Formats: sequence, C-alpha cells, structure tokens
Amino acid sequence: MPDEPVTPEAAPPAPSDAPTPTPPDAPATVPAPPDAPATVSVSAEEILATLNSALGDAVIEAQPLFGDVVMRVRTDAWLRAGEVARDQLDCDYLSFISGIDWMPAPKEEGAEADGDTSTPAQPTEMTPGAAGAAGRFQVFAHVQSTTRKWGMTFKADLDENNPSVDSWVSLYPGANWHERECAEMFGFEFVGHPGLRLLYLPAAFEGHPLRKDFPLLARVVKPWPGIVNVEGMPETAAVATEEADSGDTNA
Amino acid sequence: MSTTDTTASGASDFAIDPASMRHLAEARVNVELDTGDMVLNLGPQHPATHGTFRLVVRLDGERVISADPVIGYMHRGYEKITEFRTYPQVTTLINRIDWLSSFANEVPFVAAAEKLMDVEAPPRAQYIRTILTELSRIATFLLFLGEMGLQVGALTPAFYGFRDREHILNLIESATGGRFHPNFNRIGGLKDDLPWGWLAECRSTMQIVFDACDTFENLVLGNEIFAARCKGIGIIPPELGAAYGVSGSNLRASGVDWDLRRDGDPYLVYSELDFKVWTHSDGDSFARYWVRLQETRESARMVLQCLDAIPAGPIMTKVPLIIKVPKGEIWVETENPLGQMGYYVVSKGGTGPFRVKIRSASFSNVSILPWLLQGVYVPDVITILASLYFILGDIDR
Repeated sequence: MPDEPVTPEAAPPAPSDAPTPTPPDAPATVPAPPDAPATVSVSAEEILATLNSALGDAVIEAQPLFGDVVMRVRTDAWLRAGEVARDQLDCDYLSFISGIDWMPAPKEEGAEADGDTSTPAQPTEMTPGAAGAAGRFQVFAHVQSTTRKWGMTFKADLDENNPSVDSWVSLYPGANWHERECAEMFGFEFVGHPGLRLLYLPAAFEGHPLRKDFPLLARVVKPWPGIVNVEGMPETAAVATEEADSGDTNA
Repeated sequence: MSTTDTTASGASDFAIDPASMRHLAEARVNVELDTGDMVLNLGPQHPATHGTFRLVVRLDGERVISADPVIGYMHRGYEKITEFRTYPQVTTLINRIDWLSSFANEVPFVAAAEKLMDVEAPPRAQYIRTILTELSRIATFLLFLGEMGLQVGALTPAFYGFRDREHILNLIESATGGRFHPNFNRIGGLKDDLPWGWLAECRSTMQIVFDACDTFENLVLGNEIFAARCKGIGIIPPELGAAYGVSGSNLRASGVDWDLRRDGDPYLVYSELDFKVWTHSDGDSFARYWVRLQETRESARMVLQCLDAIPAGPIMTKVPLIIKVPKGEIWVETENPLGQMGYYVVSKGGTGPFRVKIRSASFSNVSILPWLLQGVYVPDVITILASLYFILGDIDR
C-alpha cells in the first residue's frame, strides 16, 4: 500500500490550536485570514507578471479577485493564453469553460413587481463585470494548478453576430464537453473542436437557452411565485381569493 | 456414443498423432471469422449508472472499440433557473445537483454570497457546516463502498453500506429536518442550532463509521475476487486526469496530492483541523476504492475533532431581511465528495444572481470515459463506471 507522507502545509499549526477548549474562537480564526491573503497576493503577483510578459499586448485588462486572477485577453490570443497558463504557470487542471451573456434580460410583464422580493429584479442596463467586457458575449475559463495550488480565470470578448473563438481541446482534452455545452447554450463556435454536437439538448431544440433573450418558458406560462399562488383553506377559499383580488387592485 | 467406447474398441485404427493434429488446431484459430462491430446501448436505465445515463459502446467481440456517453436525460437547466431566483431560493435548487451530498453543494454557493456581501458566519455555524459537510461525505462514500462491491458481483457489502449510511442520514435528518435535501444553510449562518444531545449521538455514530470501514477493508479490499476485478482496471494517468478535469478522490487515486480542503482558498474550519490527504499511486479502480475508504475514516476523524472544538455562540450573523448581494463576481470552489464543486457567481447588485456557472465534479469525471473505456472488456466497463462514482444530477445539473 502506498502510504505516501502528506506534505503538511496547513496541518501542523492547526492541531495545537484545535483541541484547546477555547469557546470564544475569535483568536483562533484571526491568524488564518492574514496568512491566506498574503500568500494569495504573492502568487497573484507572480501569475500576473508571467502572463503580462508572455502575452504582451494581448492582455486587455487584469485584476485580482478574491485570491483569484481574472484576465481579459484578445480573442485571437485565447489559445495562446491557455498555452501560457498550461506551460509556464503549471496549470495542468481544467476546471471549466463557459460563457456569459452580459445583455440584460428583456423585461417581461408581471415578472417583477415592486416590493415582491420573491422575484429578483433584473438589471436594466448592460454593465461589464470583472476585467471589463467589450460587447455582449464573453467566453471564460478557469484553469488551476494541482502542484502550485493556484488558479486563474481567462475571459475573451466574442463578436455578437459571429461568436467564434479557438478551441482549447488541443490543450486540455477535457475542454471537449465544456465547449460542446457552451456551444449549445450560447451559440458560440469553437474553431478546431472535433465535433460540436449537442450535449444536453434534444436534437430538434432551437435556440440557445442561456442567452438572456431566451425566455424561461415556465415563467412565461405562469408567473411564479405570486399572490395568485396562495390558496386559502377550503372553507375560506372564497374569502381568500377576494382578499387576493383586492390586494392586487390596490397594488 | 461415449469416448470410452471408441478408445476401447478402435484404438488401433484410430491412432492420434499429436503433431499431425497441431496444424488443424492452429488453422481453427487462424480462421478469420467476420464479426462485425456490435453497438451496445448501456442504459439509459442501467443499475451501474446511478440514474439515466446512456453509454453507446461499440464492441469487437468482448472488447470495447469506442464508447460515447450520452447525457442530458436529467438536464434541468439550473444555470438558467438561478437567474430567475433570489439567493436564498437558489440553495433549494442546488441541493438537487449532487443529491447524495446535498449539504456539501450548498456550502460553496452560500460562501460565494457571503464573500460578496462581506459577511461571515459565526464560528459555531462554521463548525456545524464542517461537521455536516463531512457527514455528507461519509454518507456518500459509505454508499460507494457498498455499491462498488455490488457492481463487481458481491452482494453483501451493499447491505452493510446502506445499513451504516442510514445512521448518518438519521443524524443529518435530526439536525436539519431533511434526509437528502437539508437546505439548512442560510446566507450568514444556519437555519437552526443543533438539537439537544446531537453531539453525543454524533460521537457514538462515528464509532459505527470506523467499524464499517474495518468491515469493508476486510470484506472487500481483502477479497481476492474483488482485487482481481479491480486491480489494473481503468488506470487514469495523473497528467491526463488533470487535463480532463477529473478531481477529488479519482485524481488522488492517481497520485495527485491535491485536496481543496487543504490547498484551496481556506473555507469552513479545515485550516484548524489535523487531517491527512490520502493518495495512491496506482490510479486504477482498486486505488479509487482504497482512497475513498481511507477518506471515509479521515472524515470521521475530522468530525470528532470538530465535536471536540465546537464553540458555543450564535449560529447566525446579522444580515438584512432582504438579501441583496453587491455588484461583483467571484469563483468559490470546495472539495465535495465527488470532487471539485465550484460556482462562478456574477452579481449585479440585485436580490438574485445575474449568472451562475455551476462547475460540478461528475461532469468532468465522466468526460474521460471515451478515453478510459477504449480497449477494455465489457465486464470492466461496469467496474470503471462504478469506481469513477458519479451522480447523474451532478453531471446534468
């Protein structure tokens, strides 16, 4: 049985602290946070320096984000960014590839009412997220290193009318399924992918469900949840609906 | 006519020269029988697939030429639905992703919302979350330890697995009210404190877990047939596994020393616990079983440490009645029983998320199947499927 000794990085300081029965745990939790951001920021600096020097002017914007690094690269440098991450930053592990549609969802009547906190209000104007966005569609991916224990997120803007970007299958074979999912959900095209077949959706499905202008059909058919869903007890059903109606008209 | 008669009566007429017969035997072997490739549909309903998962396998005799997993039978579109739900409502949905360890699913999402809001759950809540996460892991792994035996033909371990898992589910139910879908996490803490006497009950139950692990070690790992069915079957090379995104125990069984509880961004109280990350160098089905068995024990030890150290205090921090998460985005990942579970949450400052990318472990773990199943024999397909241990809700989301 291979009984490999574990590299004790986080372990040694903990056992001496843990068994001590100190109910007010504030002092125990304090040492961890200063330690953690310090190491994270050092690695973030190293990641940013390596990526900036390797990618040069292909980097549009970058920022550290909660111990992670988010970097927006030019669309034509998408494959190159993955190569640099894999070869120079030891990111051997592909976490995911997916897309974002930054367009606000079209407003549907009755979908949101003031004061009805059960239905989240959707934003009305397009605002970019971390590291910015040039247009509506972005592809983003997260890669990690199992040896250096760090990770980073890449983003690239895609053209709205012809969303197309290089495939990462040649770098990470696991990108195959992620890109198939992304292609059917957002309508992106991955150049160099061995076969962008549908992954989840049935063959006859039309549209790209995760685009913001694709309506959630269940919500269109029946507003949820609303005051109309509240049913009274059987004997007071008539009263309850009256109250509900009057409540509606007042609002 | 029996053979004894012919040899007795006509032995002299019928002298067999072995040398003359050899070419006949060889000719038989060398005849090229035209066996066309056969397409075998494994599933969508198959006991080895934990749900509706279809595997289209092309066979040449007993050997697999190619395998193509067909998924999506349980696609529920959670990434879309989360855009129409408030943050507290989303935890109800994500309970259903990996339904065997629902509590562990909630933790990263709630942590993402808490980090964006810059609130932190009180220490007692963090400890209870850790305990319940590890209990989920134990429950998930106990099912695996039993069921893996079942898949390769041993019926008995399944009964032990289900029996002992029931104790854990009872614990989770008595604390949260739900056996499978606790929905116990709140942004900023927990719904309730633990019931009276729960800690003592939990402590005694951990002994059951240790006993169960010993049982499985003797009954399954010590079984020659099990070893013969599993050793050397479905070997995942560490570099390829990582490139496919295989995570969790599957990757650690290939020798990659990577556990987000220790190596990732610190979450819950794992930095205060003393635990060992188990790895195995073989990377085959046997190694995956072995690693999960050790991790079950390790989880029970971690629960015991938490029970010793759990502080008194509130279980809920002050959060507004209507949860609004400030504008921003965050990636939060945790080490779930099946592997790396992560949420990339984009918030626009409203009561609901703008976009949630759900990174589930089984999706990537299963994506290696087309490579892994090439050239194996049909019975080994079942062994590999069982040892990878995926949950369909975790693949299809």
